[in-house]
Amino acid sequence: MISLNELWFLLVAVLFVGFFFLEGFDFGVGMSTKFLARTDGERRVLINSIGPFWDANEVWLLTAGGAMFAAFPNWYATMFSGYYLPLVVVLLALIGRGVAFEFRGKVETERWKKTWDLAIFLGSLLPPFLLGVAFSGLIKGVPIDQNMEMNAGLFDMVNVYTLVGGVTVTMLCLVHGLFFTTLRTIGDLQARARKLAHKLLIPLAILLVAFGTMTYFMTDVFEAHGGILFAVAVLGVVAFVLAGAFTSKKKDGWAFGMTGTVIVLSIASLFIGLFPRVMVSSIDKAFDLTIHNAASGPYSLKVMTIVTLTLLPFVLGYQIWSYFVFHKRVHEKEHLEY
Amino acid sequence: MDTVILSRIQFASTTIFHYFFVPVSIGLALLIAIMETMYVVKGKEEYKKMAKFWGKLFLINFAVGVVTGIIQEFQFGMNWSDYSRFVGDVFGAPLAIEALLAFFMESTFIGLWIFGWERLSKKLHLLCIWLVAFGTTMSAFWILAANSFMQRPVGFTINNGRAEMNDFFALITNGQLLVEFPHTIFAAFATGAFLITGISAYKLLKKQDTEFFKKSFHLGVIVALISSILVAVFGHQQAQYLVHTQPMKMAAAEGLWGESGDPAPWTVFAAIDPEKKENSMEFKVPYLLSFLSYSKFSGEVKGMNEIQAEYEQTYGPGNYIPPVRTTFWSFRIMVAAGTLMILLAMYGLYLSYRKKLDNKNTWFMRFMLFAISLPFIANTTGWIMTEFGRQPWTVFGLMRTEDSISPSVSGGEVLFSLITFSTIYTILGIVMVYLFVRVIKKGPNETVKAAHSNDPFDREGHHDFS
Repeated sequence: MISLNELWFLLVAVLFVGFFFLEGFDFGVGMSTKFLARTDGERRVLINSIGPFWDANEVWLLTAGGAMFAAFPNWYATMFSGYYLPLVVVLLALIGRGVAFEFRGKVETERWKKTWDLAIFLGSLLPPFLLGVAFSGLIKGVPIDQNMEMNAGLFDMVNVYTLVGGVTVTMLCLVHGLFFTTLRTIGDLQARARKLAHKLLIPLAILLVAFGTMTYFMTDVFEAHGGILFAVAVLGVVAFVLAGAFTSKKKDGWAFGMTGTVIVLSIASLFIGLFPRVMVSSIDKAFDLTIHNAASGPYSLKVMTIVTLTLLPFVLGYQIWSYFVFHKRVHEKEHLEY
Repeated sequence: MDTVILSRIQFASTTIFHYFFVPVSIGLALLIAIMETMYVVKGKEEYKKMAKFWGKLFLINFAVGVVTGIIQEFQFGMNWSDYSRFVGDVFGAPLAIEALLAFFMESTFIGLWIFGWERLSKKLHLLCIWLVAFGTTMSAFWILAANSFMQRPVGFTINNGRAEMNDFFALITNGQLLVEFPHTIFAAFATGAFLITGISAYKLLKKQDTEFFKKSFHLGVIVALISSILVAVFGHQQAQYLVHTQPMKMAAAEGLWGESGDPAPWTVFAAIDPEKKENSMEFKVPYLLSFLSYSKFSGEVKGMNEIQAEYEQTYGPGNYIPPVRTTFWSFRIMVAAGTLMILLAMYGLYLSYRKKLDNKNTWFMRFMLFAISLPFIANTTGWIMTEFGRQPWTVFGLMRTEDSISPSVSGGEVLFSLITFSTIYTILGIVMVYLFVRVIKKGPNETVKAAHSNDPFDREGHHDFS
């Protein structure tokens, strides 16, 4: 049996993995509105293709934050206060993006639309990048002192390793989003999305290999979890190669599934590497935050476990149902809400 | 400026701003759910049009409410990390449950509702808006469970230098929650109802779509009246509860320094001098404070000086008196706005029932447009009284505000976030009002017509033949 602390580490990991898998594609679609869409109509198709989903996808991030707060208050407190400025930017970006979806279609002037298009683009680009930077920092280590306070300077947060991490996560989301577009659109737009996704697979592969190699040499995560991480890497390579093969054959659903698998494995490997720590201290191993010293008490974890295991099946059920309801492709000639 | 002050200003301003939109979402969700129910039951297109028109405003508002809520979920950890460490074991749970139970439900079913008019059966579509309404209400319940813990901590023990939960049931049956939740939720219903009533009054004044807006006015004013009365009822309950659990807050809200005497009179207004700890120019109504505190016309109420002495005994030296003027006046403004809301809703319902909405009552209809602001004023001042009145504590009796902030975040960083958040919130506020006015000016016919296919010759894209 796994302990409650381990279970909650797993649940937080699942929430973040779910967040990057789901919001990952709507981030990707949001970014691609800038360069994939050629007309206002196409841009609207892209936005409408994620219209029913993006809000619920974002709740995965909120829930992950809430779960950290409830199960690992010290993790939540250290990470959120430690990464203060990047999180301010993430929040501003998410605010701008969220209202942009709703506001964009409300007024028919060029300037109005351009403004909100910019909010959608930046709001979809900055969060995955900054969260990628932050998560790479978690495993590389940030200056956490004996009082669990993280006092990070700019270069503790932003360095070659975390930048590559940020760019990799962003690129993963973009490719994932392009494959999502191949599933929900038709015609020329769909063909262009597929072509671009195919082209981007090679840079993405380079980024993933670079990040993996750097992780091997610059962090200690392979020391404790070498075996399982290599296994995950092998699976990732297989999924990646299959994604390429399926794209060539225009099997979009399968290709989407495979890039989804790559995202899941990538984010999961960050958490596998961390375990049983939740944040690595670059000052001293003794100051690492772990699933034990960062956690809530057993009573609280037990209550949260019961509540979560009761609610989660319903949440997953109705979310999956909503994807089923909106499985049809979106095109310009139908009525578009956004 | 000092980090504590900046963090407090940021929390106060972001929360107050967020709370302009939350009650509108809660209230409108309920009213739209009622409209769509009438559409499904009675089968009249008029009600569908109502749900869609008010739904437009609801969605604009909802978007702003959602995005400003993300900051709320994050800023406990960002700006109040010592607070989060100390209470996370207790306080984190309701927040996580709120996300899991309420946020997922709202966000998923709002998507289904917006995009599902043509894809779902009537009844399923109706179910979606009811689940949105239920989700928003549940969201309020869980966040208020967390807030109630700050007002009156229960269900915990101090262990390992922090508060640890030991009774979840006590947390969600907290006496404070049982009065705070209904008071807040009915205020939210009233906010949505006054919005609909006020906008309808404006359109009736302009003589546009009169049948449509008479119906909207009627529904709005019924909900406005019921909820405004219930807000007052539960407000009274809460006041009686606070006299026992947070006597300092109530004494400050009454501007009461010394003993009240028995029976206790209620101070309608006074010039308060917190330095000298005395009031001048007081105007008092006899018996009323006894009634407000104990529901009877006798009984003494303790003043701030006595409570201060008691708290010094219990908690050690320090100043336990909250900002008295703010607490005193916010309470009075809230009560005045609430009372006015009840009176207006009564008269409005009388007019609507007697079918006298169109003639001779222009002054009243104009006033109803202004009255949209009343619930916002009451909500805001109510929260100011609640949160200022709890000072110097974040968790009453357990943790002080000055000990709650993030040690690793500098004043400069908070100043940066305060400025950027305020800027983006100002822009959002302006854009939202602009879009609201646009939708209202266009009216229901154009709004709903615009929602149809713009290409009548394209059969595939045209779903609305029926």
